[in-house]
Amino acid sequence: MNLWRKLAWVALALVLGASVSANWLSPSGYAKQYRDATNAAPSRSHWLGTDELGRDRFARVLYGTRISLLLAPAAALVSTLMAAFIGGLAGYLGGTWARIAMAVTDLFLSLPWLFLLITARALMPLNMSPLVSVMVTFMLLGLLGWTTAARVLCATAASLRSSDFVRQARAAGLSGGRLFWIHVMPNLRPVLYAQFWISIPVFILSEANLGILGLGVAEPLPSWGSLLKELEGLVSVGEEPWKFVPLILLVVVVTSFQLLLSREEEVPA
Amino acid sequence: MLKWKIAGHALTLLATVLLGGLLAATLVRLAPGFEVDEQQLDPHLNSESVQALRAARRQDHNILRFYFSYMNRAAHGDLGTSLALGQPVRALLVDRAPLTLRLLSIGLGLAWTLALTLAVSAAWLRLSVYDTLTAVVSGTFLCIPAAVLALLSVLWNVPGSLAIALIVFPSIYRYTRNLLVKAYSLPHIITARAKGLGEARILFWHVAPVAAPQLLALAGVSVSMAVGAAIPVEALCGLAGIGQLAWQAALARDLPLLVNITILVTLVTLLANSGADVIGHVVRSQEL
Repeated sequence: MNLWRKLAWVALALVLGASVSANWLSPSGYAKQYRDATNAAPSRSHWLGTDELGRDRFARVLYGTRISLLLAPAAALVSTLMAAFIGGLAGYLGGTWARIAMAVTDLFLSLPWLFLLITARALMPLNMSPLVSVMVTFMLLGLLGWTTAARVLCATAASLRSSDFVRQARAAGLSGGRLFWIHVMPNLRPVLYAQFWISIPVFILSEANLGILGLGVAEPLPSWGSLLKELEGLVSVGEEPWKFVPLILLVVVVTSFQLLLSREEEVPA
Repeated sequence: MLKWKIAGHALTLLATVLLGGLLAATLVRLAPGFEVDEQQLDPHLNSESVQALRAARRQDHNILRFYFSYMNRAAHGDLGTSLALGQPVRALLVDRAPLTLRLLSIGLGLAWTLALTLAVSAAWLRLSVYDTLTAVVSGTFLCIPAAVLALLSVLWNVPGSLAIALIVFPSIYRYTRNLLVKAYSLPHIITARAKGLGEARILFWHVAPVAAPQLLALAGVSVSMAVGAAIPVEALCGLAGIGQLAWQAALARDLPLLVNITILVTLVTLLANSGADVIGHVVRSQEL
């Protein structure tokens, strides 16, 4: 395994491990307010200081990382399954179905991703409970992010449809549905895995964008988006550098995903 | 063949307008407050006038009738009124469009200049150190959320167009670099190099024609990327363009405004992609 990939795995494991053990590392939780220490600088009791409401930033970073790192793959799973169903089935059936499915896909693809997201998000009430807002934000990412993967899967399924083993299975009398689930779907698995991994960093970045724009996860629940919103109040970069920790963490995680996804020859040696 | 291609694109645009119009009409009708008409609360109106207003409103309850009247109004330039700002949507769009257009054109120009310069030099020099350096720079920008880049541009007092350029440039660079590296490794270009042809001549006479159709397609896609980047940049940099308007509409759940902006943006990106596709087709047919 390439050294950069090993490093990426280690970085991801460390970040994920720290976020999963947030309850143990920061037992006071993400919402507890230290009213006598608002906007405090890093200290022994608050490693990354506190925010304007006096909440421990280290705890919020850990819990926020957990939310973003666990729910982005969940959204990626939803989008990959939708892509498999829509794209895979369209490619397998071919003809008019494929044309209709791909026309709808193209229409979705022609819309800039962030426009689509904020339009869909605006349809939901903004004053929902924090837990519901987390679910809605990541569910939206999952439900709207299937289009690119569907195109790839449609093309792969279409090439499988005319392959020898599918023709032989059809000649042996296998029905359409069984043929799809037993022979076509397992062969789509490598593409599905790739699309799943590609979607995760895209969704992490999208959630961060939505959060900064105030259309993401609602307070007091932390996420990378809501944590990065703090940067809005900065006057200079050197003023409170610890506020950049969520950004550094996000960049490390997304870079790690990119390194794991990139082909061997594209990885800087 | 070219005529069919243009006709196909025109059909797609028409379908988008019709589908988008249906979606817009449905969303506007389902929007909260649709049933309420402020005019009906006017104390100067007598009961007959209120009844007449209610009767007119009831006609809108038929979705098909509402759809046709909505499309008819849209065709005549009446895109409705913004719920949050209380101004005609058309006037708002006309007012905000020039700034967004200027931002996008400068941003895209900068992004393409930067990406092409780095990609051509990387493919030309073939130095692993330089390649790694450019990959790291573009990779870093790719991993930073667009909204953070917009915030940093405010912090460093950098123009919004440069923020758009930095958001769009990594994707253009990566694709262009791979395309050029592939083109430079083609047998006829290796032969040209071996025969001592000048680098500039190789680039413009042999590499550019190979990469041109795909670069044109990328140009179309880059418009869509830049339009998407306009939302965080305009919203966070305080620039009163279409992106900021869309963000304000989303926060205020102003569906008539948001849906009309979305349709407009879809049309712009579709036009850019169709234009790139048609030009690419012309370039390919001239090569043959």
